[in-house]
Amino acid sequence: MKSDRNQIAHLMRRASFGATPEELDRLTAEKTYEEVVDDLVNPERFPYIEDNFLDRYYTHEALVGYIPKWLYRMINSQRPLEEKMTLFLHQVFPVAWGKGEHSLSLFEEIETFRKVGLADFKTMLLQLSKDPAMIFWLDNNENHKNEINENYGRELLELFSMGVGNYTEDDIKNASRAFTGWTFSQPIPLYPQGFYPARFEFHPEDHDFGPKTFLGQTGNFDGEDIIDIIVKQPATARFVCRHLYNFFVEDEPQVPSWDIEPPKDENLVNALSEIFLNSDGDMRAVLKSLFNSDSFKTSINRKKVKSPTELVVGVLRQTGEYREVKPGLESYLETLTSMGQSLLNPPTVEGWHTGHEWIDSGTLSERVNFAETEFDDVNKPGIKEIVKRAGSLDDDPSALVDRCLDLLGGIVVSDTTHSELVAYTKHLEENRSESVDISDVLKMIVSTVDYQFA
Amino acid sequence: MISKNQDKVLVVVQLTGGNDFMNTVIPYTNGHYYNSRKKVVIKEDEMIPMDDTLAFNPNASAFKTLYDEGKLGIVQGIGYPNSNRSHFRGMDIWHTCEPDKVVNEGWLGLAVEELDPSQRNVLTGVNIGRGLPRAMAKSGVPITSIGDIEGYGVMNDAEKEQLRDRSIEAFKNIYGQAIGSGPVTEYIGKTGMDVLKGADLLADVSESYTSTIEYADNPIAKSLRDVARIHLANLGTRIFYTNHGGYDHHANEMLAHPGLLKDLTGAIADFIDDLEEHDAADNVAVLIFTEFGRRMRDNGSGTDHGSGGGAFLVGKNVKGGLYSEYPSLDPSKWEHGEDLQHTYDFRGLYSTVLEQWLGLEANPIVHGQFEQLKPFSI
Repeated sequence: MKSDRNQIAHLMRRASFGATPEELDRLTAEKTYEEVVDDLVNPERFPYIEDNFLDRYYTHEALVGYIPKWLYRMINSQRPLEEKMTLFLHQVFPVAWGKGEHSLSLFEEIETFRKVGLADFKTMLLQLSKDPAMIFWLDNNENHKNEINENYGRELLELFSMGVGNYTEDDIKNASRAFTGWTFSQPIPLYPQGFYPARFEFHPEDHDFGPKTFLGQTGNFDGEDIIDIIVKQPATARFVCRHLYNFFVEDEPQVPSWDIEPPKDENLVNALSEIFLNSDGDMRAVLKSLFNSDSFKTSINRKKVKSPTELVVGVLRQTGEYREVKPGLESYLETLTSMGQSLLNPPTVEGWHTGHEWIDSGTLSERVNFAETEFDDVNKPGIKEIVKRAGSLDDDPSALVDRCLDLLGGIVVSDTTHSELVAYTKHLEENRSESVDISDVLKMIVSTVDYQFA
Repeated sequence: MISKNQDKVLVVVQLTGGNDFMNTVIPYTNGHYYNSRKKVVIKEDEMIPMDDTLAFNPNASAFKTLYDEGKLGIVQGIGYPNSNRSHFRGMDIWHTCEPDKVVNEGWLGLAVEELDPSQRNVLTGVNIGRGLPRAMAKSGVPITSIGDIEGYGVMNDAEKEQLRDRSIEAFKNIYGQAIGSGPVTEYIGKTGMDVLKGADLLADVSESYTSTIEYADNPIAKSLRDVARIHLANLGTRIFYTNHGGYDHHANEMLAHPGLLKDLTGAIADFIDDLEEHDAADNVAVLIFTEFGRRMRDNGSGTDHGSGGGAFLVGKNVKGGLYSEYPSLDPSKWEHGEDLQHTYDFRGLYSTVLEQWLGLEANPIVHGQFEQLKPFSI
């Protein structure tokens, strides 16, 4: 054993979508914890799933074609942190299909997120500002030289980089002026050629080249200059690092209250902010420090409610049903929607409220029934492996429960839950029938309150 | 002081996609209708006149009957200033009563909170369907969303029925004992217990229900039958919500729209009949709305997103008739040169329902003071 099984399991629940038993065995046998982190933040060491391979099954101009393809990547990618960061950016820079109803531009945006998710923050913001889906979503195509539209400028500062309280209304106006003329080419019409994504275009005749004062600095700034200034702000470092903490470690209160409520782990956020500022916002450096920090390693009991996507992908990784490319994943769009996360259709420009706000009686019953039903069929390859390794209903119930928890990705449960699971398993053992098997233990585990947490 | 009427029940039916009001309640004697609608037009000899100026779509004959019986109120020209043509944004505005900012609290979520502030009943607000409409969303207010009454709850695996009771017991122990384990775990624990409470209450609904009404086999009929069954079981539900989808007819409207209207109006009529058969119609009002009306001119096959639509109120104690004014069809009055102008603000209708039917103060829920109608006879 080169690394601790529980720690690797914890890391893979947060930096990935949960480890399979095979993965836990392999990683703990071959690598130290730090080596696993290093692999996670360097995804290009591992093969990329080629599009033309996925397009055999998942191709369509509508969301129903793209989202299954995205889910397939989340389930099967050997670059899990790349997928996690893609999802993270979709949640922090949320664009909804419902405004433009232009699917291909939105799909391109997600592909861009995948490319820049582990780059430096300047690259991220620059790509974001040139992204046609975002430009249309926040009306930057209507941000003109002599008639500014502040929508993008405002949200860039408020939601995408610094957070409220760190800039003035004049800063918003001047930032908006710097982004005038940043627009996109109109896509070729739908018929008869089919859809094409829109492309970024800079229209110099519509750009305000005049001097601007932004966050105390004055110059003939354009959008890129504004981003340069933004990424050097301590407020940006703190805001981004707190987002990462909220996504990977522990639920924070909703974003709009961040200027009032301090971070739950002030020391860690400060340490990460310093790395952010010293590395020009290098995501790899920040994430590496995050995962290697003592705070993270000992944060197994810090509560982070799984988002619907994390729950669905986590379960599908375990059951192994979609290790091969095949139809069926499109049915999970409705599953996700009923749990409150309609991918590519976030409810507002703020994105989804996270943490305990994922849960109400409707979404909780959807979550429990989904997970339980997915574990129904013992012939799914992942379940078959787990059942084979878990032992039998002749075993000591407590040991059996422990093995099941481990095989499901090193799940941690409370003492109360543990003793209930043992009592339930004991009941199964004492009331054996043909239809009762170890999958019933698994089904109860994935129905627990504890399983709602990452 | 507004008193809280504990008995009245509101059923909200959302027509998703933007119903073509002009082809539902047709201004059949107005030449502008025929001038604007070249292809997506109802033939005059097929429509069902209600008076000298308006006629029902031939597939809405069930509404004509309700109208003649004085149980159908038509709220003409409903909308709001600068109507938003996006389905999602438009629906958000109807759900939250906030045309200028995006918020997460819905008007019915706020109403449920007022109707049951101590959360005595997890069924005070019930959504028939999967997922929660934003209209019913309010952080901390439990709303029960029911995709299927028979399958509601958790651990409903029919194949392993002998395990079910023991599984529910384990679920109850695990969720019920999450107390003292931190606020989020406690909250999820309580929510899990709410699911079980709801499932307990709903357990007998299907057995106790009998009716001579045979609802048609379509989604809206099934949903309204579920509303009837829960209402008739006397479980204390005050607000029901359900959705009827498919109204976004940019193309082939003449093929698709009739079937939807037939399903909708038939289901509403069956629902009212069902309640009357059980002497349970007195305290129920149905509100039917859609996010916007459609463009004046058709596009040759369908109609694009517009404004100035129509809503309906149905019930034994609804005063049937026409409310507000039909928007002017005169091209010089069209909004943006192509849309019907709204003549009545939807927040006025919400206020009417909240104050006069549910006995709640409307202002904090709809965020302002809006002109109310007088559509109820009690």
